[in-house]
Amino acid sequence: MTQLRTRIDELIKTEPVTLFMKGTPQLIMCGNSERALRALREAGAPVTAVDIMPDPQIRQELSALSGWPTIPQVFVGGELIGGADIVQELAETGELEQKLLESLGEGYRGRAVEKTVTV
Amino acid sequence: MSAATSLRVLLEQAFPDAPVLEVVDRTGGGDHFQVTVTHPRLAGLTLVDQHRLVYDALSGPLGDGTIHELRIRTRGTG
Repeated sequence: MTQLRTRIDELIKTEPVTLFMKGTPQLIMCGNSERALRALREAGAPVTAVDIMPDPQIRQELSALSGWPTIPQVFVGGELIGGADIVQELAETGELEQKLLESLGEGYRGRAVEKTVTV
Repeated sequence: MSAATSLRVLLEQAFPDAPVLEVVDRTGGGDHFQVTVTHPRLAGLTLVDQHRLVYDALSGPLGDGTIHELRIRTRGTG
């Protein structure tokens, strides 16, 4: 594994909810990243955002790791949940909240902190 | 052949006789697509695995940059 891939892998496994996106929650650069972030926020998820745009290697290593070709990508408890379409669909059916509850435990909404990290 | 038609051909190969198979060129620019597939192959799979099968079918145009943006909606049948 490259150093970058190891770093991404560690992040996915240690952060409760990781969103790989184009831009940051403060400056979103893509409509799909915006849809995913909105769905996560509405479900009260503690989002750890990673901007993939500073270095093309980030996207390459991430997709090699996840086997998922597009951005955004959302991970909960180390598991790939999907891209914007799936996260939005799960949010609409209530399954996203259910998954967050199972992974993070009761009262996760009150503890939700949004942050942006670099890899 | 338009990009939308070539996507449809690839999807028809992966999901033969699909009850629902739609490809919409969302912007008319030939690079932003919405695809909708309902097929027995998708039944019983998680949404992640359903979308993976669509990505597999479209790996060519995804890899060569034909597809700039892809929205996917999938359903199993039965």
